[in-house]
Amino acid sequence: MTNRAAVFRKRNPLTIQAQVIWALIIREIMTRYGRHNIGFLWLFVEPMLFTLGITTLWTIAGFHHGSNLPITAFALTGYSTVLLWRNMPTRCVGAIAPNSSLMYHRNVRVLDIFLSRIALEAIGATMSFVTLGLLFNFLGLMDMPENPLLVVQGWLLTAWFGGSLAMLLGSLSEKSELVEKLWHPAAYLLFPLSGAAYLVDALPPAAQSAALWLPMVNGVEMVRDGYFGSKIVAHYSVFYVASCNMVLTLFALALERAVSRDFVPE
Amino acid sequence: MIELRNVRKTYEARSGPVDVLRGVDLHVARGDKLGIVGRNGAGKSTLIRLISGIERQSSGTIEREMRISWPLAFTGAFQGALTGIDNIRFICRIYDREFEDVIGFVEEFSQLGRFLKEPVKIYSSGMRARLAFAVSLMIDFDCYLIDEVVSVGDARFQSKSHEELFVLRKDRAHILVSHDVYYLRDHCQRAAVLNNGKLHHFDDVEEALLFHQELMAQ
Repeated sequence: MTNRAAVFRKRNPLTIQAQVIWALIIREIMTRYGRHNIGFLWLFVEPMLFTLGITTLWTIAGFHHGSNLPITAFALTGYSTVLLWRNMPTRCVGAIAPNSSLMYHRNVRVLDIFLSRIALEAIGATMSFVTLGLLFNFLGLMDMPENPLLVVQGWLLTAWFGGSLAMLLGSLSEKSELVEKLWHPAAYLLFPLSGAAYLVDALPPAAQSAALWLPMVNGVEMVRDGYFGSKIVAHYSVFYVASCNMVLTLFALALERAVSRDFVPE
Repeated sequence: MIELRNVRKTYEARSGPVDVLRGVDLHVARGDKLGIVGRNGAGKSTLIRLISGIERQSSGTIEREMRISWPLAFTGAFQGALTGIDNIRFICRIYDREFEDVIGFVEEFSQLGRFLKEPVKIYSSGMRARLAFAVSLMIDFDCYLIDEVVSVGDARFQSKSHEELFVLRKDRAHILVSHDVYYLRDHCQRAAVLNNGKLHHFDDVEEALLFHQELMAQ
């Protein structure tokens, strides 16, 4: 330890924030998974197990989804996107209270806690999706995507949707405990509606337009269009999802600011 | 340099708004030694928390041109499930310090030995406080916020803390909050009295203490 007078230098705020988020991500990994058994690998092994379970169940049950796609490909694309948008809000709702003492460090903000958790869920879901996609391809259960770039686009739009919803609900949950109580049933009920278990094209026309009101339905349709577009008719609107995301993000950031301004660490 | 201009802080309580600070001005230059006194509930800790940036003011401006510590006696900023070492790593990442540069100091200063590799939740409150103090010192702050007397550990630890804070870092600014008159006399060049949400400045510590005593007598 030296005793030189500290030279005050204003660090680039973006550098600080990136460092803080990185530190929070590592801390979250350490807290959640620790160094026991496979450690941080649980980050994507856990969603992989979920996806594998659903895939197996649907295969055994001979699940009908209104197309002749292999059930493995259908389940992987569907359930992976669900994990992507659903886990982010789940991890952000009520995220502030247990991390309250961290706010004693001036550079750690409410937003950083949300962003680190969102990033972590995004990394986990993406690694699980990619790993299983490669594995199933290797086993001959499904083909590689016809249009990888479209898959990436659909994936990113879904991640953006999940992230902005997470920030919004995370901030709201600071204002009212109802959010936490209502989010879990809502997430559960949204699953069958989310497009994971059906193709929009297989629905009756009236139901189709109703289903497309849900941003995540558009997202999963896009991912499937990228994966096997020549075998299905996909329905989605990039403009609609992006607009929804934009509005959600705007409200989320505004609420985050309000919450962060009034926040009092214990 | 720290500059507070017309800083107000209001908390929303169930019984209605509570105005804790009603327009506080404060200037702290590099190397200043400032004591803050005031009766219980006067808002001293709130002021310290605003200066450190833990909470935001309701109105007014706070400019910070120094690296300011968190309130020193604070021991809560650790994650119980993580080891002492992992907590140190985390704080190093936040404050842009190299772990290798500081760990030697923390080991030596905190005297925690092999417990640094254990989860913080098994620490006694004294061990926790020693770690917190060591961690506060490992970051090179320009201004230390000391909320209440630092009375951690045995006599030897206390004299080491005193040495680190008030001798080795006497070129840094210190803002002390205390009810201990001797402590303030020993360590401050000037003092301010917080009363009714206003901060009254005195160039002389004795004058401030006198004013404070008069207020207490009322």
